[in-house]
Amino acid sequence: MRYPNSWNQVKRLSALIAFILAGASNAPAGDNDQKNLDEQIKGEERAVLTDAPNVPPAITRKNATKVIVHLEVKEVEGEISSGVRYVFWTFGGKVPGKFIRIREGDLVEFHLDNHPSSKMPHNIDLHAVTGPGGGAASSFTAPGHSSVFSFKALNPGLYIYHCATAPVAMHVANGMYGLILVEPKGGLPKVDYEYYVVQGDFYTKGKNGDKGLQPFSMVKAIDERPDYVVFNGSTSSLLEDRALPVKAGETVRLFIGNGGPNMTSSFHVIGEIFDRVWPEGNTNTVTENVATTMIPAGSAAIVDFKVNVPGNYVLVDHSLTRAFNKGALGMIKASGEENKLVYSGKISDEVFLPEGSGIRVADQKSAKAPVATSKVERVAAGRAVYAANCAACHQSNGEGIPHAFPPLAKADFLNADKLRAIKVVTGGLTGKVTVNGQEFNGVMPAWSLSDEDIANVLSYVYASWGNSGKEVTAQEVKANRVKVGAKGQVVE
Amino acid sequence: MKRVFADDHYLAQWPTNLSFAKGLAKSPVTSVSWFAAEAYCEWKGKSLPTTDQWEYAASESGKDAEKMKEKILAWYERPTKAKIPPVGSGSVNRFGIHDLFGLVWEWTLDFNGLIQSAEARESGSKDTNQFCGSGSLGALDPTDYASFMRYSFRNSLKANFTVASLGFRCAREAP
Ligand code: HEC
Ligand SMILES: [Cu+2]
Repeated sequence: MRYPNSWNQVKRLSALIAFILAGASNAPAGDNDQKNLDEQIKGEERAVLTDAPNVPPAITRKNATKVIVHLEVKEVEGEISSGVRYVFWTFGGKVPGKFIRIREGDLVEFHLDNHPSSKMPHNIDLHAVTGPGGGAASSFTAPGHSSVFSFKALNPGLYIYHCATAPVAMHVANGMYGLILVEPKGGLPKVDYEYYVVQGDFYTKGKNGDKGLQPFSMVKAIDERPDYVVFNGSTSSLLEDRALPVKAGETVRLFIGNGGPNMTSSFHVIGEIFDRVWPEGNTNTVTENVATTMIPAGSAAIVDFKVNVPGNYVLVDHSLTRAFNKGALGMIKASGEENKLVYSGKISDEVFLPEGSGIRVADQKSAKAPVATSKVERVAAGRAVYAANCAACHQSNGEGIPHAFPPLAKADFLNADKLRAIKVVTGGLTGKVTVNGQEFNGVMPAWSLSDEDIANVLSYVYASWGNSGKEVTAQEVKANRVKVGAKGQVVE
Repeated sequence: MKRVFADDHYLAQWPTNLSFAKGLAKSPVTSVSWFAAEAYCEWKGKSLPTTDQWEYAASESGKDAEKMKEKILAWYERPTKAKIPPVGSGSVNRFGIHDLFGLVWEWTLDFNGLIQSAEARESGSKDTNQFCGSGSLGALDPTDYASFMRYSFRNSLKANFTVASLGFRCAREAP
C-alpha cells in the first residue's frame, strides 16, 4: 500500500541542509522555539474553523501571521445514539469542537465566547500553547461573557484542546475537546482527502441503548466504565450516508484525536495499513506501515493511506467491545474500479451454520422500552429498532443490497403475508427466497427482540417506503412467533 | 445601571429596567449583579448569605444524600431554560429551605472568596486554591462534582457580572 514517499525524501534532504547550515553541531532543545518566537508577524486573518469531519484548507502562506480565532462554547442537547439524548458541552455547537488550523510561528488572538444560555463557566487548555494551563487560566469565562488571550505557536504538531474547568473530567466527558493543527513550515505532504475524527468515551445514567435523555453518570466516569465510546460524538456520525467518501486510488489523511476523558484508543481502519503515521501528532517524526496506532487520551495522530480498492473501510477502536458494543465505529466509503489483483473479492460462499449460531442477540435492550399506545407511537419506536438492528443489511432506505440482502421497500414477499413476516423475523430465514422477482439465497438470523420491539419494527417497515401500511401488534407477535431454543435451534 | 455595577446583560429578560413580563412574576429574579443583589438585601435589612452559610444550608446528610447529589448534578449539567420555574416549585431540604437546587445559581456575599476586592480582581489571578480557601467541606471531596461545579461557577464571576441563571436570596441572623 505504498506510494512514493516524497515527503520523507524532502525531509531527509532538508535535515541534511540544516545539518550543514548548523555547522555540524546538534541544535539544543528549544532552538526551534526561539526561531518561531522571533519570526516576524505579517498581516492578519480570521481563522477558518470547521465542524468534523471537515478540515480547513491547508495553509499555503510562507510567513507567520496574526490569526484571530473566535470559539463559542454552547451547551446543547443532541443524540448520542439512536433514540438516546445527551446534553453535550461543546466548543462550537458539536462534538468534537471546531478544527483549528494555524501555522508554526503564527500569533493567535484567541476569543473564547461562552453563550448566555450556558449553565456553566468554561475555559480552554490548548496543548499547542506553552504557558501555565495552556490558556486555561486566562480564558475562564462565565456564561454570557467572553475572554481574550494570545499565544505564539512555537511547536508544530497536531494537538488536542479541551476545557479545564473543575470538575475537568466532567467537562471533558461531556464533549469539550477538539483538535488544533500547528502546521509545520512548508506544510504536510499533499493528499486527496483530509478528514477530522475524534474519539471520546461517555458515561450515562442508563445502560447502553436506554432511550431518552440520559444524564451524565459521575459514578461510572470515576470507575472508568463508559456506556458509549464513539467517534465524533455519536454512534452514527460516520455511518451510512455520513460515511466518509473517497475514491479508490486516492490518498486519505485522518487527523484523529482522542478526547477521552479516560480511554486510550487502539485506532485501526479495517482493511487498511497506514502508509504514514505521525504518532502523537508529532509532525517531525513519521513512521511507516502501521496497522493499529495507539492514541492516548488527550492526544492525537495523523495517519495517511492510499485506498487501493473500492468498498467500505471501517474505523474502529481495536479494543473491540468498544467498537461492537459501545459505538466506536465509523466508515470510509471508497467508490471506483475494482482491482482484483490487490483484492480478489469473495470467490465462493457457502452457508456455514454451526450449532447455536442461529440466533442473533439484538443490539437494543428492550427491557425498559415504553409500550406503544398508538400506531403512530409504534412506527416512531420501530424506526429506532430498525436503525439499530436492520438497517445494516436492508439499508436505511429499505432498498437492501442486490444479490445479498432483499429489499423491504415495496417488497411483495413482505406485503403478501404479515404473519409470515413475524415468523421470518422471530425465526430467521435461510435458503432461496424470491423478492420482487429477484432471487436471494442468504441467511437472516433469528432476532431475540421482544414482542413489542418486533411489532414496532414491522409496523415501521409496513408504514414506510410504499408498503401496505399494516399495523403489527405485540399480541400478534406473541401468538405467531417462532420459538427459538437456547442453542438457536427452532423449537416449533 | 452604570457599567461598573452591572454588565450589559443586566435584567436582559426585562423589556425595561422597571418592568417585567407577566409570566415571570413568580420566577426568581436573575441577570442581576452582585451589587444589585446585595443592595436589595440591605434594603430589606438583610444581606446575601456567605458561601459558608449557603453551603451549610445546602449540605445533605443521611441516606438520601447520594440520590440528592445525582439530582443536583443532572440539573447543573442542563443549559438554562428561557423561563425559570416559579419560586417554591423546587425541593425543600431538611432545614425547611426551598429551591437551593433546581431553579437558579445564587450569589453569595463572598462568592469568590475575597469580599473586599471582588470587583477589582483580575481574571489572571484566579487560583483553584480559592476553592478550598473558603473552608467548605464539600468542595474538598474529589468525588463530589456538584460542589466543584458550584465553586467554579462562583469563581468565574465578578461583582458586576449578570447571568441568566444566576439569582439570589437574602439571609439574616436568627433572632
Ligand atoms: C445480517 C443481515 C440482516 C439483518 C441485520 C436483517 N436481515 Fe432481514 N434478511 C436478510 C437476508 C439475507 C434475508 C433473505 C434470507 C434468504 O435469502 O433466505 C432477509 C430477509 C428478510 C425478510 C423477508 C424478505 C423480504 O425482503 O421481505 C424480512 C421481512 C426481513 N428480512 C426483515 C428484517 C428485519 C425486520 C430486520 C431487523 C430486525 C432484519 N431483517 C435484519 C439479512 C438481514
Ligand atoms: Cu467546560
